[in-house]
Amino acid sequence: MIAELGFFALCLSLAASIGTIVTGTLAVTTRQQYLTALVFPLSRMMFVGALASYVVLSYCFYANDFSVEYVANHSNSLLPWYYRLTAVWGSHEGSLLLWVMIQTAWIFVVSVFSKTLPLESRVRLLTVLAAVAAGFLAFTIFASNPFERSFPFVPQNGADLNPLLQDFGMIVHPPLLYMGYVGLSVAYSLAVVALIEGRVDSQWARWTRNWTMIAWSFLTAGIALGSWWAYYELGWGGWWFWDPVENASFMPWLVATALIHSLIVSEKRGAFQQWTILLSLTAFSLSLLGTFLVRSGVITSVHAFASDPERGLFILQFLGMCIGGSLALFAWRAPQLRSLTGYTPLSREALLLVNNLILILAMVIVLFGTLYPLIHDALGMGKVSVGPPYFNLFFVPLMLILGLFMVAGPLANWKQTKSDRMRALVMMPYAVGAVAGVVIAVLYTPWVGVAAGIFVALIAVLFVDTKRKLANRGLSLQSLSRLGVGYWAMHLAHIAFGLCLTAVAITVEYSYETAVRLAPGETKSVQEYSVKLDTVGDLAGSNWVSKQGHVLMSKGDSLVADLYPEKRNYTTRGQIMTEAAIDWGFTRDLYVALGEQFDDGSWSLRVQIKPGVRLIWIAGALMSIAGLMSIYARRRRK
Amino acid sequence: MHPVRKQRLIYVLMLVVFSSVAILLVSFAMKDNINLFFSPSEVTSGKAPLGQKVRVGGMVVEGSVSRADSGLVTRFALTDGSAISWVSYEGILPDLFAEGEAAVANGTLNADRELVATEVLAKHDEQYVPPEVADTYHKDGAEKPEGY
Repeated sequence: MIAELGFFALCLSLAASIGTIVTGTLAVTTRQQYLTALVFPLSRMMFVGALASYVVLSYCFYANDFSVEYVANHSNSLLPWYYRLTAVWGSHEGSLLLWVMIQTAWIFVVSVFSKTLPLESRVRLLTVLAAVAAGFLAFTIFASNPFERSFPFVPQNGADLNPLLQDFGMIVHPPLLYMGYVGLSVAYSLAVVALIEGRVDSQWARWTRNWTMIAWSFLTAGIALGSWWAYYELGWGGWWFWDPVENASFMPWLVATALIHSLIVSEKRGAFQQWTILLSLTAFSLSLLGTFLVRSGVITSVHAFASDPERGLFILQFLGMCIGGSLALFAWRAPQLRSLTGYTPLSREALLLVNNLILILAMVIVLFGTLYPLIHDALGMGKVSVGPPYFNLFFVPLMLILGLFMVAGPLANWKQTKSDRMRALVMMPYAVGAVAGVVIAVLYTPWVGVAAGIFVALIAVLFVDTKRKLANRGLSLQSLSRLGVGYWAMHLAHIAFGLCLTAVAITVEYSYETAVRLAPGETKSVQEYSVKLDTVGDLAGSNWVSKQGHVLMSKGDSLVADLYPEKRNYTTRGQIMTEAAIDWGFTRDLYVALGEQFDDGSWSLRVQIKPGVRLIWIAGALMSIAGLMSIYARRRRK
Repeated sequence: MHPVRKQRLIYVLMLVVFSSVAILLVSFAMKDNINLFFSPSEVTSGKAPLGQKVRVGGMVVEGSVSRADSGLVTRFALTDGSAISWVSYEGILPDLFAEGEAAVANGTLNADRELVATEVLAKHDEQYVPPEVADTYHKDGAEKPEGY
């Protein structure tokens, strides 16, 4: 009975979204006050319905209601309660419900916190958002209903959650990512409203920037977490594979990054209007494209769900409507949007434009590499996969060029910077970076040198910029804090980018990976370490049994790490899982995973030494924190 | 020509030139970095090139997996229902690699048409079969792999 209530609540949410669209449209055309007043409660009702539905599904999981097919397929009474609750988004139907819930939650928040916008724009915004939500609600209800019953054959117990997903990273990764994706739908809707009204002012830009910044922070955190999860849970120690689904989350991130920069220009200078709008539309469209790639199973990927052509078709149509509709609107209305000011080639605007072009070029390259197998197959040229070398070939140089421009960006003035002044300002960071880069390149490797040089230069920029800003105030704690949280957030994000480049370079150049075969008690040397497989014992959890190895890694005579890698068997599915053991540190990770046991009792072990890999995620976390800081700063300033 | 039109023409021309160069560059990069997929039938019939990076996928033949007495070399056979081709791989196989299940191997074919694999991918949950494998099964009229 309770599951039907959940479905009913979902239908209610869809009804509310359609209600919002209808009343919203009528309200702006007829200007009847009672209609306008109706839009707000209706849009909030969407969230109430979706939330209720979500709670019901969670309850079904919690109470082990295996008469619900989705629960039966993705849970088990032996699964610990916290994994039962997160198993809700363990597969297609439930993750879509999570999406819908978060989508409507954003709408709720927008409806409450949009009081600074003109009333008519608010109504339009909610109408567009409701239309986007309606698409997803309809998809959930008609093509992926998680509440379907398995009557008359109710299984005794569930088929269990995929063991890969029984993990902390999986609890947090999808909700964060969805917060980001869905957050971009607000920027998309704001762009549609701006096109309808034919107006992009600094108020609009400030608004869009706030929402995009929130979405961007979540997206950044979500991607970093996903990378971390893949590293420790998949058991092969990679942190980025250029897998189509990783790309699917990365492309919106690249565009969103471009967008938060171009919005600065739109807000402060009233320029780049058309471009900003186009980016807003693109960012969310790419989120949808990513969803299509993941859900339809058209692409070989470690993430691909069991495929269903009907679902793929639905998303494709929705995607076509969102992209086609918005681009048509753009083509029709964009000529009305005019830049208010001009700028010279040596200005902050110009440098931000360079930033945008590089990021978009990077996105196009990733997009092309991701879709290439589809195009290749459709043209009858055979099935292919595009390997990481393609992506690295273009992506690495682009990011390094981006880093070089990033040094100059914050030091340039709006509109025009005198070239001798500019030269004086950028001289120090570039010189310091170049010296540091050369020294590091000689001591280590050229790539590490280049990346670290950019990192050092970006730190130097912080000093130059701060000194410049404090020129007439003098250095004191008070004057430093008066620069504002936003100022520090910007530099933190930039320095984190430099850190990320450096960490990636170190990891790529210095990682060592090998597989060894060891009998219990045997020792072999790996690089400067000696690896000893001491014993292999048995271990059991509530829904798994495992073989646990005890591995000792020592350097000379001193023991460095005591590691306990496992080979787990999740008994319900009979699925085998590698639980890698990691001795982590800021400078290096030691990573040991059990392979398989041979007939003579020996084991294969994967041993990896990964310097700097932690710093990649730390950099990601810092970027995300910087994003949140800047939102805080902007809210306070108002 | 009107100066505004002339300017527009220059813009358009620049766009065309720039994007053609970009496409050309990317296509060149693609040539070296894509891995074509072949089914075991295509490997045995000689359609797959030797000494070049390729992907071969199919179901792992029951009873074909053999491991060396020392070291980490594993040999196994893949089938698409009508032919089998052999793969050797040195390293650790993925958790879900098993006889009778789908697997895709990346590597190069040696003179005996045996794939010397540098990477072996298996499915990651029991519902999932790589689309290439499912398709080649389908094409030969053989029974579709289970779970698809």
